[in-house]
Amino acid sequence: MPQLSVALVRDRVRGTILERIGDTPLVPLKRVAAGLRGEVWAKLESANPGGSVKDRPGLWMVIDAEESGRLVGGRLVLDATSGNTGVALAMVCAVRRHPLELCMPDKVSLERKRIARAFGAQVVLTDPLAGTDGAIREAQRRAAADPERYVYVDQYANPANRLAHELGTGPEIWAQTGGRVTHFVAGVGTSGTVMGVSAALRPKGVRIVAVQPNDALHGIEGWKHLPTAIRPPLWDERAADEHRVMGTDEAIAMTKRLAREEGIFSGVSGGAAVAAAIAVAREEAGRIVVLIADGGERYLSTPLWE
Amino acid sequence: MSVTVRLPGALGAATGGETKLSASGATLADVIADIERRHPGFASRVLDEHGAIRAYVNVYIGDEDARARGGAGAKVPDGSEIMVIPAMAGGR
Repeated sequence: MPQLSVALVRDRVRGTILERIGDTPLVPLKRVAAGLRGEVWAKLESANPGGSVKDRPGLWMVIDAEESGRLVGGRLVLDATSGNTGVALAMVCAVRRHPLELCMPDKVSLERKRIARAFGAQVVLTDPLAGTDGAIREAQRRAAADPERYVYVDQYANPANRLAHELGTGPEIWAQTGGRVTHFVAGVGTSGTVMGVSAALRPKGVRIVAVQPNDALHGIEGWKHLPTAIRPPLWDERAADEHRVMGTDEAIAMTKRLAREEGIFSGVSGGAAVAAAIAVAREEAGRIVVLIADGGERYLSTPLWE
Repeated sequence: MSVTVRLPGALGAATGGETKLSASGATLADVIADIERRHPGFASRVLDEHGAIRAYVNVYIGDEDARARGGAGAKVPDGSEIMVIPAMAGGR
């Protein structure tokens, strides 16, 4: 892997929309987290130009593939995604002029498929009953069948995913809190966020709290129920000091409160992460930073906001 | 009415590992109740406490979203295939 750095990545995309990835706002949750031992601050990743936290790994994985010399001769960028990574990769590939193919489970929320296509990506729909794991297997099959044609970025195993958070998200949080952050709370999907922020902030004494759904059938988009899913190669549970689980109903209730009480229109995973952060803040004092991965607009076709 | 119900692996634990079941009923709610008799606890995974399809579950009767056909009360034609899938998927 080439030596990626914030300066190098910024330099490669200077003067484009991709330069606006990162440096997202950090805001205190003064109502939903009022009266607790700890204070809760939310990192709003919907402020990225592609609308989610996935802009960070999307950008870093593509620049990494370019720097390593793999992305030559019109080779197709390939990945499996249920959405946000697809949108991020599609935006990055549009700017960097790479063709892109995405394997996505059929019949999951429509918006991201349409947005990815709007950026020019080819979308391959996979068996809806097999979920994201089915999309991963299809991407693996395609990459293995035609390795010359594809650059399979594989967000679940790509160290550039983790590095985007280790050198980007983590240091941003440290700077934005003036070094006063005590806890970091985030959900586990690819685990890139938790792994990267842990690498950046744990050595500074920050407690890392990793959250996953409490059930295999859940509605927390982007999160993985690790006991029943393909284990992300990036994941190492030792990177977290604490592991918590969250139910979908509690996540949905908090997602609705975030909109009505804090003016934050979040995806369900944001509600799930905030509910977990509030549970931490009930028990422990400190400045707890929680990552809200995307905005609610991405879910308007689901029954959630009916 | 006799129908085939296909489930994601994530729901297999609720049906003893079966992800393709035969069931009967005139409506989607009847079909779910039929499976519930054989696999107690199944219905609550798909329907909420009011008997409506859970917000994070999609049910397709053939190619059509059951919500567009009346939700749990949707009629199920004889021989149709019903698919229960998570509305959202893990790992972005």
